[in-house]
Amino acid sequence: MSISIKNVNKHFGSFTALKDVNLEVPSGSLLALLGPSGSGKTTLLRIIAGLEVADSGAVLHESEDITEYSARDRKVGFVFQHYALFRHMTIADNIGYGLRVRGVKKPERQERVAELLKLIRLDGLGDRYPAQLSGGQRQRVALARALAARPKVLLLDEPFGALDAKVRQELRQWLRRLHEEIQVTSVFVTHDQEEAFEVADRVVVMNKGRIEQVGSPVEVFEQPANAFVMDFLGNVNVFPGRIEHGKAVVQGLALTSPDYPDLESKEASIYVRPHELQLERTKNGGSSLEAKVVHVNPTGPRTKIELRTVHSDQLINAELTAERFAELALKSGDLVHVSPRRVRVFAPEYSI
Amino acid sequence: MQAEVVEFSPSTSQQVPPQPKAKAAAVARMRRAQRDPAWVRWGLTTIALSTVILLIGIPIINVFVEAFAAGVGAYFKNLFGDPDTRHAILLTLTVVPIALVANVLFGLAAAWSITRFKFKGRTLLTALIDLPFSVSPVVAGLMFVLIFGLQGYLGPFLRRDGYSIMPYLTSLVVVVAAVVTFFLIRPHHSSNEQQRGLWRHPWLVALGGGALLFAGLVLAQQALEVWPKNASLKIIFAVPGLVLATSFVTFPFVARELIPVMDAIGPDEELAAVSLGASGWQMFWHITLPNVKWGLVYGVILCNARAMGEFGAVYVVSGHIAGQTDTMPLRIEKLFQEYNLPGSFAVASVLTLLAIFTLFIKSKLEHQLPTHGSAPVPNPTGTTP
Repeated sequence: MSISIKNVNKHFGSFTALKDVNLEVPSGSLLALLGPSGSGKTTLLRIIAGLEVADSGAVLHESEDITEYSARDRKVGFVFQHYALFRHMTIADNIGYGLRVRGVKKPERQERVAELLKLIRLDGLGDRYPAQLSGGQRQRVALARALAARPKVLLLDEPFGALDAKVRQELRQWLRRLHEEIQVTSVFVTHDQEEAFEVADRVVVMNKGRIEQVGSPVEVFEQPANAFVMDFLGNVNVFPGRIEHGKAVVQGLALTSPDYPDLESKEASIYVRPHELQLERTKNGGSSLEAKVVHVNPTGPRTKIELRTVHSDQLINAELTAERFAELALKSGDLVHVSPRRVRVFAPEYSI
Repeated sequence: MQAEVVEFSPSTSQQVPPQPKAKAAAVARMRRAQRDPAWVRWGLTTIALSTVILLIGIPIINVFVEAFAAGVGAYFKNLFGDPDTRHAILLTLTVVPIALVANVLFGLAAAWSITRFKFKGRTLLTALIDLPFSVSPVVAGLMFVLIFGLQGYLGPFLRRDGYSIMPYLTSLVVVVAAVVTFFLIRPHHSSNEQQRGLWRHPWLVALGGGALLFAGLVLAQQALEVWPKNASLKIIFAVPGLVLATSFVTFPFVARELIPVMDAIGPDEELAAVSLGASGWQMFWHITLPNVKWGLVYGVILCNARAMGEFGAVYVVSGHIAGQTDTMPLRIEKLFQEYNLPGSFAVASVLTLLAIFTLFIKSKLEHQLPTHGSAPVPNPTGTTP
């Protein structure tokens, strides 16, 4: 079941939570709403669920306008950030609640609950109470409860936000597999870009109540639509510079940039990701910036290096593979030559 | 100092032969250094304890001593032998439940609206709920006398033909109940085949139907002459006044207990129930009520204790008519004024027992409330408890 959101606006007092939002969620997709806090992603999710009322605009399931339907009539499963399990009911009663209020008979209900307990790998724990489960288990129960009545749409609000790193990792993969298995149109909210990229097949980047970019994880990461998306998705180095005749100029350094081939001359910010910086001991032709190593963090598969440019005293973050780092054998205080392999230029019409 | 510290560390005490006396002295010194001086501890405890014993303990024991002074037989004769005392106990047992039901309904409505909705005047409502606590009970009683009393605003009307408002009042209650029921049983979008005709216009049905029902009920009651005509409806110096005054002074109890409980629980579970397809009614009975039940019981128990013991407001509106408008506290006072000490202490002992019972239940229930920290909170670390 696909979802369409048409020109949705939402204000809380003088605060604009959503501004003219349009979005298509294709049937069977797993879509992530990604953005910083206050970007309106949770509000949008709650409007889809019917837990919040939009000031204007429409929400459609397939072609059915459900804008005026209440939450109970929308046939959506909603998973709350803090699970919102019914604390006085057992796990089995929690999962079966959606069936109970829809008048499903007890034997049929028990069958479905057993099936779901198996799906979330908690068979045998149906008699326990939510307080007796771990965070990860509770999150799975919340998911099973939302799925029990076979919703047309599954909505998850920061589903892994309250879990520790290891459980979160496991649950992400599990959610991904679960979605492949049951193929229900799903939307989840997250502020963690890694989580969005790992789980979702479509990512919607939101900022200040607007959608900045929609695309597959690769599209969004490799071709960010604007400076905000570039900056929000992972670390980035920003150099103040200019565009001159299709070339980006940073501190006297001319770099080829395909982004604005026709622009004569304009102030611009030049963005380079840490792993797209090349470090050399010696200046080997081409153009490069001279910088001093400030700090080296060799933990993990990639070595993170903090540098400071010699001329402008700007802080730069670079990332090297472990092999390359071993080859260079850098330590604090060393002088290196930095040249970007790839740059992105955004003329400053956006401010971050 | 140095030597003692060394002695106290366990690694050296194994090599050096133990010196229990010196060690004990060091421990005592350390304990002394970490505590308040003895005179502060003993002084404060003595003040607190003696105050409690003098002002609370001895008087309470005295109530029972005086009540049973003439033996158990006399005690029960004092309680149930006197018809006026019997009536006072019965009257309290009728007035208090009515006030309790009114306060439970009001408390639930107030707590719900304050914790779940954002509306203008929300803070004002929160402040006003506490008003009966800050107004002197005597003033509260006088307010009702000024409205319903003979010299009050509504007095002359109530005396002339008071019952003529009853058809309107009863019809209003019925109509409100009917409209609420209509919204609760109304089929929703999910059953489209049932969504025909008037079901599509709930507000039209509610307003139109409500008005018709109201008019019909009023006319029917007037035509059938259900209520006496041109008779005086007594509120002050009668049971309705007692109920009003008791309800007023106990209004805050249930609401004040429920508001923090509902705030602590938050709206998420209720929203979850709705998104799973529960109606408002189902949500209330399945989720809200079980979650707040201990808070509600707690509020009702406090409310009950206060309602039974209320004196000031009730004194003003009751008129103090023995065998008619005397409640238990009023009866105690009257017996005392008549120098019937055993009788007055016997009734007083019943109220005292009630107070002790309330305290006992209260201390048991406090652990059940989510605002007191024992409620299951989401485990953020994801580890198995």
